[in-house]
Amino acid sequence: MKFTLNINGSPREVDAEPGTPLLWVIRDELELTGTKFGCGVAACGACTVHYNGTPIRSCSFPVDAAVGNQITTIEGLEGKVAEAVQAAWRERDVVQCGYCQSGQIMSAVGLLSTNTSPSDSDIDNAMGGNACRCATYVRIRDAVKLAAGKLEA
Amino acid sequence: MTMQVSRRGFLKTSAAAVAALYVGFDPRGALAAGDTATEINPFVRIDADGTVTAVAKHFEMGQGTTTGLTTLIAEELDADWNRIEVDFAPADAARYKNLAWGSQGTGGSSAISNSFMQYREAGAAARDLLVRAAAAEWGVDAAAITVSEGVLRAANREGHFGQFVARAATLAPVEKPVLKSPDQFKLIGKLDLPRKDSAGKTDGSAVFAIDVKLPGMVYVAIKRSPRFGGSLKSFDAAQAKQVGGYLDAKALPNGAGVAVYAHNTWSAFRARDAIEAEWDFSAAENRDTDAMLQAHRELAKAPQFNAGKTTPADAEAAIAAAAETVEAEFVFPYLAHAPMEPLNCVIEPTANGVRFHDGCQGPSFVQGAISKVLGLEPAQIEIVTVYAGGSFGRRATPTSDYQVEAALAFDLLGRKTPVKLVWSREDDIRGGYYRGMALHQTRIGLGGDGRILGWDHRIVTRPILKGTFMEGYFVKNGVDKTSVEGVADTLYRLPAHAVGLSDFDSPVTTLWWRSVGHTHSAYVMESLLDMLARSSDRDPVELRLSLLDRGDPQQSRMAGVIETARDMAGWKPGDRRGFAAHFSFNTWVAVVAEVTAQGNKVHVDKLHIAVDCGIAVNPDVVVAQMEGGAGYALNAVMREEITFRNGEVEQSNFPDYQPLRITDMPQIEVVIVPSAEAPSGVGEPATPPTGPAVANAVFAATGIRITELPMTKAGLQFV
Ligand code: FES
Ligand code: FES
Repeated sequence: MKFTLNINGSPREVDAEPGTPLLWVIRDELELTGTKFGCGVAACGACTVHYNGTPIRSCSFPVDAAVGNQITTIEGLEGKVAEAVQAAWRERDVVQCGYCQSGQIMSAVGLLSTNTSPSDSDIDNAMGGNACRCATYVRIRDAVKLAAGKLEA
Repeated sequence: MTMQVSRRGFLKTSAAAVAALYVGFDPRGALAAGDTATEINPFVRIDADGTVTAVAKHFEMGQGTTTGLTTLIAEELDADWNRIEVDFAPADAARYKNLAWGSQGTGGSSAISNSFMQYREAGAAARDLLVRAAAAEWGVDAAAITVSEGVLRAANREGHFGQFVARAATLAPVEKPVLKSPDQFKLIGKLDLPRKDSAGKTDGSAVFAIDVKLPGMVYVAIKRSPRFGGSLKSFDAAQAKQVGGYLDAKALPNGAGVAVYAHNTWSAFRARDAIEAEWDFSAAENRDTDAMLQAHRELAKAPQFNAGKTTPADAEAAIAAAAETVEAEFVFPYLAHAPMEPLNCVIEPTANGVRFHDGCQGPSFVQGAISKVLGLEPAQIEIVTVYAGGSFGRRATPTSDYQVEAALAFDLLGRKTPVKLVWSREDDIRGGYYRGMALHQTRIGLGGDGRILGWDHRIVTRPILKGTFMEGYFVKNGVDKTSVEGVADTLYRLPAHAVGLSDFDSPVTTLWWRSVGHTHSAYVMESLLDMLARSSDRDPVELRLSLLDRGDPQQSRMAGVIETARDMAGWKPGDRRGFAAHFSFNTWVAVVAEVTAQGNKVHVDKLHIAVDCGIAVNPDVVVAQMEGGAGYALNAVMREEITFRNGEVEQSNFPDYQPLRITDMPQIEVVIVPSAEAPSGVGEPATPPTGPAVANAVFAATGIRITELPMTKAGLQFV
């Protein structure tokens, strides 16, 4: 079945079975591979994208429901918050294997877009669903705070 | 500018018209240079525009190798860090072997240590060639030329590397280039050198094998036996055929399962789940976890092999004379590695063989295994190495399990169609090659003064390397080194220390898991030392120091990290925190763990980590590996276990094999002990001592001594 999606600001037509998780349409059909598959059951956050600016787990979100809404992937991130977050991630050299980091960054941008001075517990709430098997969490927390500082400056 | 792994293809551009300088080694290991990569094994290329490319013979699973190897080249070359890129070497053991093993692969925390001289020599040779070329061009003495950040200068002349590559490529490299002395290092040891892979891994552009898509490629998922050792009797694809995107289903020739082909990943997973299969479980593991543990206990009664320096009888005699004995049994569960990127790879036909796209940890393993499966010569198997989304050991198996699955699926389609093998998280959690279950039974005799008199230590686990092609190297007198490392070779001076070993037998496959045998041996040794200290009212730090002889260089460095951790944490006698230290992969790590406990609710607040890894090539990468290695251990000791019911794995995905979360992560402070010794491993050594440090802290806080992992089994809740 054909769906017209709005991905990273452009209309994209895709052919997919109804009910296909948005993740697989983004990765296998649209070849936007920055969004990752980690669990398929909304338990790791590797697949996080923005749905009208809010982080969602694309592995557990049917493509049908994306129609008519703005979907942003890591490749389409832009704006002050995204720049601050990505710069902070690089300054702190957060990444190890890097596989979870698109999802981490999408969650962090989602957080800082609505809350520019998050407390530790705000960070816990926003980032708690993003697993990192390399355990880069010390730096993730630091980088979120560093990005918040950049936005305030 | 974005820095990321070069996409230009290091070895493919030799036909290009523009000049380039390649520097590396010839097949005999002598330094070599030229303007193409054909005659030499290049470790560095310099293009006419001045761009430098380092060739990484090790893969990048997050441990920082692409940054580390590049640092070694850039240091000796005096390159501009912002203009040096990295590319992964092709599969070619003759050129790119791990000097610690003799074949090409990454593991045992050996990437930097085995490359330290090799990569520096290549960088230094390239620098010398460029200097001599510039000297000839400018008509000045080579000694008058200085090099800094990719620019050569003499009096009023200056030029970047690229301007001299054509001439440099015509010169012969010196036999032994002069290397810098440590006081001349500008990049090695620099605290804030940015990682090479940060940019690509923060904008989604870094390529992992799961991101590779080739024209005409089909996706394959495997329906595997629900029990290890089961074999396929028959299958029915009627339901799978109803799944949109389904292509075909074929039995694997080795009986291991059914290859289910589809147009995309999602269809492959769904069609695979819809396959009905019948299995023969006559040779399978059919037991529950409890029965497997009982089998370990039976085996502990009469150890099959002697791995210690003392016989069990001598240890027994010493213990019989003791005033007091401390006895303990430790039980460790099966663990999955669960790298964040589920296993996968792509295989495609080439003119005379095949090409893999893989986050490949052991290229030589894969070439060996696939050459047998497909009847090809190893050289006909090309491997394009891409980033690996974690491994922790899982991507290198002696059998090359997942690459073999891909090759079989590729073969079944007639070897013409590119095939991408995809594993779901469920496949991963249930896919075996676990850290094996392990049982330790220990009896220690103490004199009236608390001195250790004898130590009887028995270990039962499934050997990792017995029966594999690595057996000859790792198994001596029946003892698989990976079963007893960390106990049999402990740095502590223990009198009458007997180490008995029995092999557990099961079709459940086991493998090295970040720090291998040390994952359980360090927990046991460091818990026992804490128990001995408590029972004889001695300070745990002082007890450890009393068991080390500073006249021995290894024991002295162990004492060094113990004292550093003690001092950084402000440890005082009577301290109610947890202490542990361990030596593995030629690196010494000591940890002080702080926890808070309210009833059975525990939070790990902080870890103080001291590490001695020789020269820290990239200190920030060392710190990151201490953080990551500690977090990986913490996750496991807190709540990870793979359990079996009638031979079937009970866990399936992250909801029931719960990864560490940001809320679980303690603060971590790392001190790197200054050293002028050669660099040693950092990817694994933080893992072994972290678990027992936390366990000892839990004991100090709650009085609960945890000898069976994970800790949640003792009723602890981590909050
Ligand atoms: S892949 Fe979507 S949450 Fe894990
Ligand atoms: S960086 Fe490897 S999983 Fe997060």
